[in-house]
Amino acid sequence: MGAAGVGHAGGGGLIRAALLLVVVAWAVVGCGERRAADEPLTLWAMGREGEVVEQMVPAFEARHPGLRVKVQRIPWSAAHEKLLTSFVGGAMPDVVQVGNTWVPELVVLGAPAALDERLATSSVKRDDWFPGVLDPNVVDGTIWAVPWYVDTRILFYRSDLIPVAPATWDAWVTALAEARRHGGPDAHAILLQLGEWQPLVIMAMGRGATLLRQHDCYGDFRNPAFRAALAFYVELFRSGLAPLGGAASAANVYQDFAGGEISAVVTGPWNLGEFAARVPSSVQWSTAPIPASQGAPPGPSLAGGASLVLVRTSPRADDAWKLIEFLSEPAQQIRLHELTGDLPAHTAAWNDPKLADDPRVAAFRSQLDALRATPKIPEWERIAGKITQFAEAAIRGTMSVDDATTALDAAADGILEKRRWLLGGCG
Amino acid sequence: MKRWAGLGFVAPALGLLLVFFLLPTVAALLLSFTDFDVYTVADPSRLRLVAFGNYERLLHDDRFWTALRNTLWFVAVAGPLSVAVSLAAALLVDAKVVRGRAIFRTILFLPVVTTLVAVAVVWRYLYHPRYGVLNQLLGAAGIAPIDWLGDPKWALPALALLAVWKGFGFNMLVFLAGLQGIPERLYEAAALDGAGRWQEFRHVTMPQLAPTFLFVGVITAIGYLQLFAEPYVMTQGGPADSTLSVVLLMYEEGFRWWNLGYGAAVAVVLFLVILAASLVQLRLQRRSVA
Repeated sequence: MGAAGVGHAGGGGLIRAALLLVVVAWAVVGCGERRAADEPLTLWAMGREGEVVEQMVPAFEARHPGLRVKVQRIPWSAAHEKLLTSFVGGAMPDVVQVGNTWVPELVVLGAPAALDERLATSSVKRDDWFPGVLDPNVVDGTIWAVPWYVDTRILFYRSDLIPVAPATWDAWVTALAEARRHGGPDAHAILLQLGEWQPLVIMAMGRGATLLRQHDCYGDFRNPAFRAALAFYVELFRSGLAPLGGAASAANVYQDFAGGEISAVVTGPWNLGEFAARVPSSVQWSTAPIPASQGAPPGPSLAGGASLVLVRTSPRADDAWKLIEFLSEPAQQIRLHELTGDLPAHTAAWNDPKLADDPRVAAFRSQLDALRATPKIPEWERIAGKITQFAEAAIRGTMSVDDATTALDAAADGILEKRRWLLGGCG
Repeated sequence: MKRWAGLGFVAPALGLLLVFFLLPTVAALLLSFTDFDVYTVADPSRLRLVAFGNYERLLHDDRFWTALRNTLWFVAVAGPLSVAVSLAAALLVDAKVVRGRAIFRTILFLPVVTTLVAVAVVWRYLYHPRYGVLNQLLGAAGIAPIDWLGDPKWALPALALLAVWKGFGFNMLVFLAGLQGIPERLYEAAALDGAGRWQEFRHVTMPQLAPTFLFVGVITAIGYLQLFAEPYVMTQGGPADSTLSVVLLMYEEGFRWWNLGYGAAVAVVLFLVILAASLVQLRLQRRSVA
C-alpha cells in the first residue's frame, strides 16, 4: 500500500485512513445486509482451530441433513479488529469463536445472544463446564458465550532439578534456588517474560488481589495483596532466579530448558506439544498446578481460553445453536483435543483415557478447579498492558514497587473514567 | 460562460476529492475532539466532547513516543539509504557501457509493483533465524545467527532493508529521468577542462540533480513517515513495540480497539508532522533555487 514508502502513493495512508472513516460512518448508520435463510451457517474460527474445525463439520452435517456449515478461518492477530468491524458493518457470521476475555466487550456492543434459556432446555447444561471456565462468559449474571476450550497456565518444570513439585510459594522459591545451584554458573531458574502480564496477575490472584475495586471502576493496585505479589515477582528477578532481559530468551526457551539454564516456566497447554517436540526426550520434565501463597494448594490460575458466541442478529439462531451444542459435546471436545491439543472445557471429556492417563495433562485437570477470571470489563486489555509496563519499570529499578503500584492505579483510574461516567458514580 | 465550462470539467474530480478526502479529513479532525470508543459504537449517546483531552493523553502515552521515535528513525535511516541506493542504481542503468539497460530497469523496478504481502512472506523466509538465507550467509562468514524479526534491536533495521529494496525502483526511475535531462554538452565541457569521472559526477551530475534530490527526498520522507504495511504484515509492531510506527498505532487504536477518537488524534498529529517536514523541505528547495 501507499505507506510502503514510495512516493507514487504519497499521502495514501492518510487518504486511506480517511476513507476507512467514511466507510465506518456509513456502516454505523446501518447499511448491513441480511443473508438469505437457506445459505449455509457461517462459523468464524481462529488460528489453529480455524484450520481443523472443518474436519469436524462433516459429522455435524451428517447428523443434521439440510444444514451446511461454512468455516471461515481468521488469524488471531487480526481477529479482534475483524470482529468489531464486522459488527459495525452488520456482517457478522452466525457463530464466532472469541477469546473469552473479549466477551464483556461484545456484551457492551450487544453482539451476542443471551444463552440461559437455550441452555435450560439443551443437551448441554451449564453444570457440564468447570465453573471457573464458564465464569468469564457470564456477565451481570447472564451467560453470553459457551466455553470451547481452556487455556490456563501452570508450572512446567525440570523434574530432575526440582524433584518435588512445590505446593507453596516458599517451597517454590526454595526449589528454584536449589535448581539454580545445580544448573551451572550462568543458570537462572524460572522464565518469566517481561512482555507478559499473566504470571504476575496469577501471583496477585494467589494473594487474593481483585485488581480493581468498586464495581471495577477504580484500580486497586495499591492494595497490600497486589503489592505483595508485585514485590515477590520483582524479587524473583532481583535475586537472579528469573533472567532479566534478553528478549531473545523467549526464542531459546526450549533450548534453555533442556540445558538447565532455566528449570521452570509458567505457561499453557499450547506448550505441551512444543515441549514434547523440541526438548530432547532425555530431559525429564513434568507439569504441576500453580503453588499456593495462602490456603490449600493449588493457587489460582487464569481462566483463559476460547468460547463460542451465538450472534444475536443471526437469522438462523436455532440452527446455529445446534452447531454450538455439537461442538460442546464431550466426543467433539476430545476430537478437538486430538486435532489441536486444546484442553476440553466440558468436565465429562476429562474422563477419556487420552486426557486422564497423561500425567502432564492431569496437572491441568487439578488447576481447572482453581481458576479466576480477569475483571470482566472492556477496558481490561488496556489495563493489563499498563501492568506489563509498570512491572517492568519496577523490575528494572526505574521505579520502586510503591511508585509502580501508585502509577498503575493512576493509569487504571484514567482508563476507567468513561466507565465511571457511564455507570454514573459506581457507588 | 467559459468559466462555468472549466468548472464543469473539474467538477467530477473536485467532487471526488471533497467526498473522499476533504470530508473524511474534517470528520477525523472533529472525531479527535471526542471520546468515540467501543461504548459509542453500541450507543451514540455515549459520545462526549473532550476538547484537547485526546491530545493531552497522547503527550503522556509512552507508546506514542515509541512509535514516533521508531518512525523518525525509519525516515532518518531508510530515507537516505533509499536515495543512495536508487541513485547508484540509476547511474548503473544509465551508463552507456551497460548492455540491455531496459531489461535491468524493468528488473530493478519489479519490487515496486509486487504486492507487499507476497513480498513479506518471502522476506520472512529470508529472515528466518534458523533456515533463512541471510543467516546462512552470515554463518558461512562465521557470524553468529541473528533473530532478525524477533530481536528488538534488529527488527526495525530488518524492515528498513525490506522497505528500501521494495521501494528504490521508483526513485531510481525519477533519478534516471533527472540524469537524462542533463545536457550532454556539460559533460563535454567538463571533459575538455580535464575533469575525471569523479569530478564530472561531483561538479556536473550532482548539482544538476539537485531538484531531483529534493523531490525524491520529500516523497520518500512522506512515504516513510506513513510506514504501516511492513510492520503490520511482518511483525505486528513487535517485538516489544520495536517496530511500532505512528500509523500502526493509529490503526491499532482506531480499528483494533475502536478508540476512534484517540486514533483520530494520532492521525491529526501525524498530519502535522508530515506538514512540518514538507514545509522544511520546501524551504530548502526555495533556498537552493535562489
